[in-house]
Amino acid sequence: MQPAPATKSRAPRAEQIILFRVSGQLFAISSGSVQEVRSVDGLTGTTQEISQSIVPKVRHTIRRGDTTHYVVSGTSHFGLPAASAGLVFFLRHTPTALLIDGIDKMTTMTYLQALPQTFCHEERDWYRGLTALDQMIVPVVKPEGFLSVEELTLLDSVLRAERQQQPAEAETGE
Amino acid sequence: MTIVAEIALESFVLLRLGERRFAVRARQIVELIAPSRVFRFPHNTAAVEGVILRRGRIISVCDISEQLVGKKLSVRRFYLIATRLFGARKEPVALPVSGDCELITVDMTPRSESDSTHVAGWLSHGGDVIEVLDLEALTPGIPAVPATSVALQPVEVRA
Repeated sequence: MQPAPATKSRAPRAEQIILFRVSGQLFAISSGSVQEVRSVDGLTGTTQEISQSIVPKVRHTIRRGDTTHYVVSGTSHFGLPAASAGLVFFLRHTPTALLIDGIDKMTTMTYLQALPQTFCHEERDWYRGLTALDQMIVPVVKPEGFLSVEELTLLDSVLRAERQQQPAEAETGE
Repeated sequence: MTIVAEIALESFVLLRLGERRFAVRARQIVELIAPSRVFRFPHNTAAVEGVILRRGRIISVCDISEQLVGKKLSVRRFYLIATRLFGARKEPVALPVSGDCELITVDMTPRSESDSTHVAGWLSHGGDVIEVLDLEALTPGIPAVPATSVALQPVEVRA
């Protein structure tokens, strides 16, 4: 009698994540979602203020190459007490630059649990789910959840209007 | 007792919130556990306090005492882990309770139109009339989703 073929064990695959803090609160983000990490000090002079505070959590933009990134205050987005940001995450696949306190560490997660269904408000757009690391539970953020399509549309329209206004002002010598 | 009368009886778990007792259908109860660390993170669902880690599973904590007795519990002795239905799907929720729980088997009087939405029925036990709680009405939740929805299943990360 032939022994039964061994079943392939499906070892959980790991995902690299960055643990970071906003106003002291710990969050995780997939490292693949972060294009670049920069110090806030290094951005001096490269940011542009948005005159209309149409989306209160976005006060500045940063132009990088062909893309304009909207600088999102992590504290304002999550409704946390204001804290001075030390770093900024430039996120992939979304024109978002996220202000954070700092990075705790990089690690791997092997399990991501969907947000329990008792959570039924904006947090469902904020988080991919929850992970347990070293007996701690950490929310894993959704990179595209920092700015909704509606917010991006509003910001784009404000930015377009400001750009159209600038050449007109230059022509009139204002 | 006749067979018909036996069938009409159902088991309930009595829980204590402050000075008052309430009941939940025993078939909805998973276990009674000692309080453990509640992990909190930003969210906008006020009725959810946070989450706990139990046997590798993340469970939300809903303090229902404010809705039922008008104030938050000052002493939490246990968490009653109950299953809550979201459409066809079940998920555990942890309910902080302030005292021992008791399993009883009695006949339930169905709710009437005038009862609050969180009341599933009434029990008479030990001289008290006790509300049977409807956890679906008492705890928050997103609208019903199909049980097969992949997005809401606990998943392993696929890198």
